[in-house]
Amino acid sequence: MTSLTEPAVLDVLCPMHLTLNASGHITHAGPTVAKLFRFRNIVGERFLEVFAVKRPKSVTSIADLRRASQVKLHLETRNSHRTELKGEMVPIPDTDGAIIINLSFGISIIESVRDYRLTNCDFAATDLAIEMLYLVEAKSAAMEASRKLNQRLQGAKVAAEEQAFTDTLTGLKNRRAMDHVLGRLIRSGTSFAVMHIDLDFFKAVNDTLGHAAGDHVLQVVAEAMVEETRNTDTVARVGGDEFTVVLPEVESDEILRRVGARIIERLEVPIPFNGEECRISASIGTVRVREGHSVTMQTVLEEADIALYASKRAGRACHTFFSPELRPSGQADLPMDARANRD
Amino acid sequence: MHGLINRSIQNYVCDSYGVESWQRAVALADLPETDFEAMLSYEDNVTPLILDAVGAALRRPRDELMEDIGTYLVSHPNTEAVRRLLRFGGVNFADFLHSLDDLPARARLAVSDLHLPAIELMEHSDGRFSLLCDSPVAGYGNLLMGALRVMADDYGALALLDHASDGCGRETVSITLVEPEYTEGRVFDLGARTG
Repeated sequence: MTSLTEPAVLDVLCPMHLTLNASGHITHAGPTVAKLFRFRNIVGERFLEVFAVKRPKSVTSIADLRRASQVKLHLETRNSHRTELKGEMVPIPDTDGAIIINLSFGISIIESVRDYRLTNCDFAATDLAIEMLYLVEAKSAAMEASRKLNQRLQGAKVAAEEQAFTDTLTGLKNRRAMDHVLGRLIRSGTSFAVMHIDLDFFKAVNDTLGHAAGDHVLQVVAEAMVEETRNTDTVARVGGDEFTVVLPEVESDEILRRVGARIIERLEVPIPFNGEECRISASIGTVRVREGHSVTMQTVLEEADIALYASKRAGRACHTFFSPELRPSGQADLPMDARANRD
Repeated sequence: MHGLINRSIQNYVCDSYGVESWQRAVALADLPETDFEAMLSYEDNVTPLILDAVGAALRRPRDELMEDIGTYLVSHPNTEAVRRLLRFGGVNFADFLHSLDDLPARARLAVSDLHLPAIELMEHSDGRFSLLCDSPVAGYGNLLMGALRVMADDYGALALLDHASDGCGRETVSITLVEPEYTEGRVFDLGARTG
């Protein structure tokens, strides 16, 4: 009867096995392990000169190795690829110290297949190496497809946000939406008013109580403004703490004055946040455009800005209506530094 | 149906006939989308709609179209990954044929929600095989036949293939392996990953 340790049997079942004699010299190498040393016949060489034992660190001699049964060996080939291998040692019964070491690529399988140009025939039929290679390749392809999908979705999200009309923090309309509404009103030639509202002391809330408090204040303010205006009015957050209300078909300055007063009154109610009170107020500048008056969006917004600036200068919590005298004398436009400095 | 399937049909039309042909097909049918994402799922009834639209736009009958898609899937440079993944199935063509029983499981291993129709290989004598397949979309057997023809070539085997349908959602591909090593075939390098 042929012994199970016959090379012919093991070459098929374990193509990465080696047999060593008592002195630690390789007496046989399975076909795949031989392939790792293409131009070098390792049979006859000392095992420890062909492989380095990385772990367990206590294995430094062939005597140590012979004692390392039922231990997972971590080895490295002493060739240019320095391939990491897993191994297991079993003594051959009824011999004076001969052993078998079976090797496997473990995690280095991917590079090894490339480095040594391995084929299906280099693995035992029961080895999962081929399935592992299949899985790595299939998963990489699937992952790449998913990555591309994510990139496209990210692009679509950015595009959608750019086209959005809503300010995500407050739920109010944003500047894009406000431009849109204002443009339509100007083209239609109907009467309307634009209110620029700038919060007073908001920076102090942010600085002393933090951004979470600031965000909360902005949300409360937004709600108040929506409540104090009509459904047909457009309330937009156009900057950090700047708001614009577009009010179509307003009959008198008196109505606007009352709306402004109500908004300031509402915003001056202290806003509780985490046991603290946030106190703010608002300055308002308003411009009214009568029916049939031809104006540009730029002029209307600029005039609302000039009126707002006048309110800020007059002390806080004021509401100013635009009139031509408010323009700085001799200058048609508000100086840029004045805009930048106001708060 | 998995987006990979719909997307493959779209890629087949675009790579073989140009984007305009795909747009013409989309315009002909009332499709819910004009572009299919490989990694999303779509309603099952969309796939036959796409195939009908493509068939009408290209003026090709379903069986011929499906066989051509099968050929495309394993031979076009853009789908090299599919050919490679199939080649992992076996060392020669007969071995590969036997691996087809596992094809749906292998596909799920790669993409867990990709459900391919069940297929079963029957081996007769003298190198004759029958591949029985469920066919939720008419012509799936034709698609397999197109793919198998290319794979036989890939392995260097000479094989005769024929297709039959029972008309009730089961199709059969008959395979006669005339010469397992007829040519050298194409090299399959385990370590040469695509992409």
